[in-house]
Amino acid sequence: MRNTKYDKIADHHKAKENRLGHFLAAFLSGGVVGALGEGTIEILCFFFSLSRSDASVFMITLFIFLACLLTAFGYFDKMVHFCRCGLIIPITGFAHSMMSSTLDYKEEGLIYGIGSNMFKLAGSVILYGVVSAWFFGLIRYVLEVVFG
Amino acid sequence: MYFLTSFLFCGILCGIGQIILDTTKLTPGHITSIFVVIGAFLDTFSLYDNMIQIVGGGALLPVTSFGHSLIHGALLEAEKVGWIGIFMGMFDLTAAGISSAILFSFLFALLFRPKS
Repeated sequence: MRNTKYDKIADHHKAKENRLGHFLAAFLSGGVVGALGEGTIEILCFFFSLSRSDASVFMITLFIFLACLLTAFGYFDKMVHFCRCGLIIPITGFAHSMMSSTLDYKEEGLIYGIGSNMFKLAGSVILYGVVSAWFFGLIRYVLEVVFG
Repeated sequence: MYFLTSFLFCGILCGIGQIILDTTKLTPGHITSIFVVIGAFLDTFSLYDNMIQIVGGGALLPVTSFGHSLIHGALLEAEKVGWIGIFMGMFDLTAAGISSAILFSFLFALLFRPKS
């Protein structure tokens, strides 16, 4: 008797995980980041008469710069708390993971602090990217040699 | 038109990532690694390249594009110099992103103190 009553009260006060809200926040913020990227490319193409491929390299560098700067000022974590995956899946999340691990281990010195911890979180992205790209690239190359 | 497709493509990818994060026990590190592998897989037969032509800039920002540019550079170099090009061209297209991320995070780490 007491337990059921207790469970009811505990359930009532449990923090509800608002999955739909999380999805919508990630969708909207991710979409805004994507549209901003496209806008940046078009502005660079228009005002600096760059080719589209050059402008996209500038755009990615600019976004990485902004993500590093916002992380260094401490704003990025608050934005991630609000936008969730909308800022982690784009390249800003990659820059944020490198910036935050360098800042966290800064006190341990230049070599064993910043140097050896820089790729602590971003390393897995590079590792699995390179390994999978190597295998898939080899498959494509062999197929082209055999059938092409 | 590119604005709308960029918004939808980037938004849907981030939404999928958020659903995986909420419904499974995977961490953001797992999810970004999975997305990179998916991007490399999609470009094995130039699917992701066609997607960038349709979507525009929005397809370059998600981390799937990182896997795509790794394999794309490797295959471009392999066409020129043979199988050894898969090693040589791996970082050709992502070099700007990786080197700028290393440079900026090093410089800002020297300038700023951790906030916590």
